Amino acid sequence: MVSLILRYINYIIGAAFAFVLLIALWGTASELITNPPKATAEEEFHLEPEPLALHSDGPFGTYDYRQVQRGFQVYKEVCSACHSLKQVAFRDLEKIGYSEAQVKAIAAGWQIEQPDVNKDTGEPATRPNVASDRFPLPFANDVAARAANNNAIPPDLSLMAKAREGGPAYIHSLLTGYTDPKTFTHDGKSLAKEFPDFTVPTGLHFNPYFPNLNIAMPPPLTQDGQVQYQDGTRATVDQMSKDVSAFLMWTAEPNLAKRHATGFGAVIFLLIFTGLTFGAYRNIWRGIKH
Amino acid sequence: MASVDETLENPDPFLEKEGDSEHGDTDGDVRRRDFLSIAAVSFAGVGAGVVALPLINQMNPSADVLALSTTEVDLAGIEPGQAIKTSFRKQPLFVRNLTPKEIAEAEAVPLSELRDPQTLEQRTKTGHKNWLITLGVCTHLGCVPLGAGEGENKGPFGGYFCPCHGSAYDTAARIRQGPAPKNLFVPEYEFTSDTHVTVG
Amino acid sequence: MSFPWAEEYKPKHPAMQWLDQRLPLPRLVYGAIGAGYPVPRNLNYFWNFGVLAGAALAIQIITGIVLAMHYAANAGVAFDSVESIMRDVNAGWFLRYAHANGASMFFIVVYVHIFRGLYYGSYKPPREMVWMLGVVIFLLMMATAFMGYVLPWGQMSFWGAQVITGFFSAIPVVGENIRIWLLGGYAPDQAALNRFFSLHYLLPFVIAGVIILHIWALHIPGSNNPTGVEVKGPQDTVPFHPYYTAKDGVGVGVFLLVFALLLFFAPNYLGHPDNYIEANPLSTPAHIVPEWYFWPFYAILRSFTADFILPAKLWGVLAMFGSILLLFFLPWLDKSPVRSSNFRPVYRVFFWILVVDVLVLGYVGGSEATPVYLMLGQITSGYYFAHFLIILPIVSALERTRPLPNSITEAVLQGKSGSRMSETAVDGNVAPAE
Repeated sequence: MVSLILRYINYIIGAAFAFVLLIALWGTASELITNPPKATAEEEFHLEPEPLALHSDGPFGTYDYRQVQRGFQVYKEVCSACHSLKQVAFRDLEKIGYSEAQVKAIAAGWQIEQPDVNKDTGEPATRPNVASDRFPLPFANDVAARAANNNAIPPDLSLMAKAREGGPAYIHSLLTGYTDPKTFTHDGKSLAKEFPDFTVPTGLHFNPYFPNLNIAMPPPLTQDGQVQYQDGTRATVDQMSKDVSAFLMWTAEPNLAKRHATGFGAVIFLLIFTGLTFGAYRNIWRGIKH
Repeated sequence: MASVDETLENPDPFLEKEGDSEHGDTDGDVRRRDFLSIAAVSFAGVGAGVVALPLINQMNPSADVLALSTTEVDLAGIEPGQAIKTSFRKQPLFVRNLTPKEIAEAEAVPLSELRDPQTLEQRTKTGHKNWLITLGVCTHLGCVPLGAGEGENKGPFGGYFCPCHGSAYDTAARIRQGPAPKNLFVPEYEFTSDTHVTVG
Repeated sequence: MSFPWAEEYKPKHPAMQWLDQRLPLPRLVYGAIGAGYPVPRNLNYFWNFGVLAGAALAIQIITGIVLAMHYAANAGVAFDSVESIMRDVNAGWFLRYAHANGASMFFIVVYVHIFRGLYYGSYKPPREMVWMLGVVIFLLMMATAFMGYVLPWGQMSFWGAQVITGFFSAIPVVGENIRIWLLGGYAPDQAALNRFFSLHYLLPFVIAGVIILHIWALHIPGSNNPTGVEVKGPQDTVPFHPYYTAKDGVGVGVFLLVFALLLFFAPNYLGHPDNYIEANPLSTPAHIVPEWYFWPFYAILRSFTADFILPAKLWGVLAMFGSILLLFFLPWLDKSPVRSSNFRPVYRVFFWILVVDVLVLGYVGGSEATPVYLMLGQITSGYYFAHFLIILPIVSALERTRPLPNSITEAVLQGKSGSRMSETAVDGNVAPAE
């Protein structure tokens, strides 16, 4: 008996796994039929980001530093009150075209100061930012952030363009996507009609680009001219949103241009190298049938 | 005539019929074969060399380390004869307020007696001759010399004394005795006001 | 080791002769990967992938060692230290992207290497040991890759550690204790991160050691070849160097090209956005998935949703580990004396079904667990086990194989050696299954 089991052990194990999977399959199928999953508003009315064309797109992409600088201005004047940018240092701004003196001035004039200790008393204190500092946190800790923002923590923006599906396009769509749920339609279907019970919880805001449709952040860019651009670009909501998306793409991937340039050199080098090795290989094998 | 040996080494069936097998490759072919192999191997070598650069360069100070380049020192409160220890680029920095006696001692030494000849003037800023600002790193092997702290051994020349190997510095922090080759290093700094210095 | 007609190492230079008598290291290299190792003359490009896997390991070890000079295995700063590598360390972005994408390249070439072995029957006697050591390497790679993915301490890192150590809690009675022991706590934190870093640094060298055993075991019978017919004499082989060093050079060139395209132009394509969010023990991302190379196994894990004698969770974990462990027994499950699928018309069909099956499993494993995908995963998981444990033994017993060539030489002369891709299916009447 034991030897018989051992002899056919593979069939027994295989059949066992297959059988249990059949039971599971039966369970899943009957659940699907008897209790089909109900469509939720999140599935039906969530929108994929609209395409956004940026100078940094594609294998030749580099940054349009004028746009990135405008985006920095939007961050500074609108976003920075709540959102940190903790991976980025003021000195990094030199890479988007600010001079050393400008960077020093930006750091020194930054509204939120760096935490420090009083040299005489040891008490917590603050000091002005210097170029080598990273951008200061708007809130001392998560508790303070929650308390000031209706129990939601404003996420750090340094990596936002890499930390969300869709990247900068998502940021742009989200910033410009606030709308009224009562009149919102998608694919010819009206949210109010399909889901009459749908409500936006108090303190949240309807935005179809946000995964669960209700976002804690109130619309940050509300009117044209909210920011005064120095280069004469008209500061429409759409323009400001595009610019800050371009800026956040830069903060997430500051070495993109260098990476693309290095990549081109590497690929050309490797193409030649591969061609040479292929030639050498053909020569070495010449006359040898294989 | 193909010998038996040749057949064994180069079994006929495998030679694709490309010209006369007895003559083998022409000289030109041989040269091209060598050239291609050598070129491919050279390319691999160059490629490896280029890839080695970032692998080596990554050990150099990173951007955040390089950015920590300046230190502010507040001189108010340092009485003549006193010194403070602070830090500059993660290294100890000695800031010393020399007494007139110490200045006189330093100036009395003839340059010919010095291992690393420098005057006190050269080691301080004009108009601030009493402020001696040096790194607290012994030029022998990098220990922190004594003499900046209250009550520490200032050594036989009244400046700094390194307990590791017995290097003694004078009141201008110049090397006078012991194995150290150079004077204590004076970093770049400037007076932003009478009582404030920016080092670096 | 090796064949009697292998070239003997004869150092010409007196210094090399001196060395050879005292430490015959050059002799070892000459016999292992030099002119002293005779290799079947009809290997096709699929035989490049062993060398490519070695190259991938070397890339991982080199980039890993330099990254470890900057990385801080501390739950408070690990995420920031990776970002500081990306921003401040000289060429840090290059090193980090090379390491992250190098892992993917390693798995790509290893998967091709494994499926090459399955197609050409490279696991069959006398190469069982080569195969089993290969499975050990694969398991070690998976452990290393998992622990490496935890190190950046992003959301996927954290929840990956949580879920994968959760496998062990499926073990009856002691499971939860084992999990706590593995993590050094009740949830992934400082203790877990630090030990994962230590092991992530150690295991690649263990892999390198097992690779040496893998190659050693390979050199006893010599390489398999597309006909599956054993080498019969000197006319069947060519020296490894320069013939296969040159061919591997081409392979390395193509490999590096693909690697460069990924690294420089799509470095985050195979990654997951959530891992750019710092670990947060209080919030699980909406859709957690492991890295792509674990997807087929993740799909098998998720497919077991019904309790039957054992709890569903335990079934899932058993099946997932079982799906890899059964590979150890492959040489005894497939008893057909014919190695190469080129001469096994029935097995070849099932082989390609398995390839499709694993691709579907991978797709399912990377998708959200909706009922439809779940069912697809349950069917394909079932086929996976049926293939190895039921179909393969039956096919190998019943199949009528095609006549084998008498020797590699004969196959070469008839243009049916399988050395060119177009010859992969030898029978002219049957279109290649690809």
